[in-house]
Amino acid sequence: MKSIISEINVLVRKEVALEWRERSNLNGLLLYTISTIFVCYLSFNQRRVELSPITWNTLFWIIQLFTALNGASKSFTQEAGGRHFYYYQLVSPQSIILSKIVYNALLMLLVAFLGLGVYSIVLGNPIQDPWMFAVCVGLGAIGFSSSLTMVAGIASKAQGNNTLMAILGLPAILPMILMLIKASKNAIDGLARSQTLDEIMVILAIDIIVITVSYLLFPYLWRS
Amino acid sequence: MKGAWWKITALVLMAYTLIGGLLLEVPRLDILNETIRNLYFHVPMWFGMILVLLASMIYSIKYLKSQDLKHDLWAAELANTGILFGILGIVTGMIWAKFTWGAYWSGDPKQNGAAGGLMFYFAYVILRGSFKDEEQKARISAIFNIFAFAIFIPLIFVLPRLTDSLHPGNGGNPGFNAYDLDSKLRLVFYPAIIGWTLLGVWFTSLNVRMRTVENQLLENE
Repeated sequence: MKSIISEINVLVRKEVALEWRERSNLNGLLLYTISTIFVCYLSFNQRRVELSPITWNTLFWIIQLFTALNGASKSFTQEAGGRHFYYYQLVSPQSIILSKIVYNALLMLLVAFLGLGVYSIVLGNPIQDPWMFAVCVGLGAIGFSSSLTMVAGIASKAQGNNTLMAILGLPAILPMILMLIKASKNAIDGLARSQTLDEIMVILAIDIIVITVSYLLFPYLWRS
Repeated sequence: MKGAWWKITALVLMAYTLIGGLLLEVPRLDILNETIRNLYFHVPMWFGMILVLLASMIYSIKYLKSQDLKHDLWAAELANTGILFGILGIVTGMIWAKFTWGAYWSGDPKQNGAAGGLMFYFAYVILRGSFKDEEQKARISAIFNIFAFAIFIPLIFVLPRLTDSLHPGNGGNPGFNAYDLDSKLRLVFYPAIIGWTLLGVWFTSLNVRMRTVENQLLENE
């Protein structure tokens, strides 16, 4: 157990260092989010108050969803094929998948909060309970990355990667996004926080299921 | 004829479901009226689907353990049968909904969950189609199948229970247990579940045999 944690630590550092050296993935994702938000803003092209909270909320999560899909799809295709074999000899497959999940979650957290900032500047901000909404965004970023990392691993093994990523990934995050939209709608309306507890528990439960299944299945996946 | 007992059971139970389900007496209720007989057709579809998909997942685990392509074939064909049950379940449900709730689709959480779950298994079929190598296809799709089932269960069992649903037993609606006090419905309902599920397994085994023969022919060419 201790060795896995130290392996994950090293691998996450490696991912962050690789990313920081090039910053292509991060910058690409940021530009993707911001240009999507900008296109939405121009397409609605109306005074911000006229966007009802439900529309505002749903649009925000749809943008997050596609950003997460794009971000996660690069998890296993970034590095040259040969290097994977090298990692697989050094560390256990479990720590590879867990480190990818952690790294994707960090990346998504950064992009999601920056996206939220830009989104509320151009399209207004009807949130009444910002802290609760922030919790939802955080849970969403972590949940999306944990569901999608495994899917990205599966999709990277097949040809026609991009379409497959969306096809396999969308149903995988469907339960998550339904719960998130509900929880964040409660935060927008400023309901009592105890009202949202159920949704948060379900999101956490789905996270645990997905991470456990990924942990168990990834060793079979990387063998090919 | 040896080993055919379960096929005969399936036939007998299906005949009983069709004849008994349409002719036996059912409780007379407002709104539901005679559509209550759909209980013998709509609900067993879901039971059948869950059981068949569970079996499919078990075969996927077996494949990962044994690397035997026969298990993969069973997993794939069971998933196909599950999809068929799912589509039939949605269609029978939509017809029922039209006559009781007033619309084919009313955005009920169970309807949405079922549709989302089916999307997952369509993705499974498409994933299977995108591999050239048999071994690779079998392993990756087995992994996805297990993954899908793990997410499918909360989607179809947990989420609908958190929200109000038009279905019986949810959101303050009485469950079917409140209706069939004299257990008349159960008399057909339980045999119907077993009958439909057995029929699904039979259907799957025919598909598996057909696919095996096809593969054999391809190899001999």
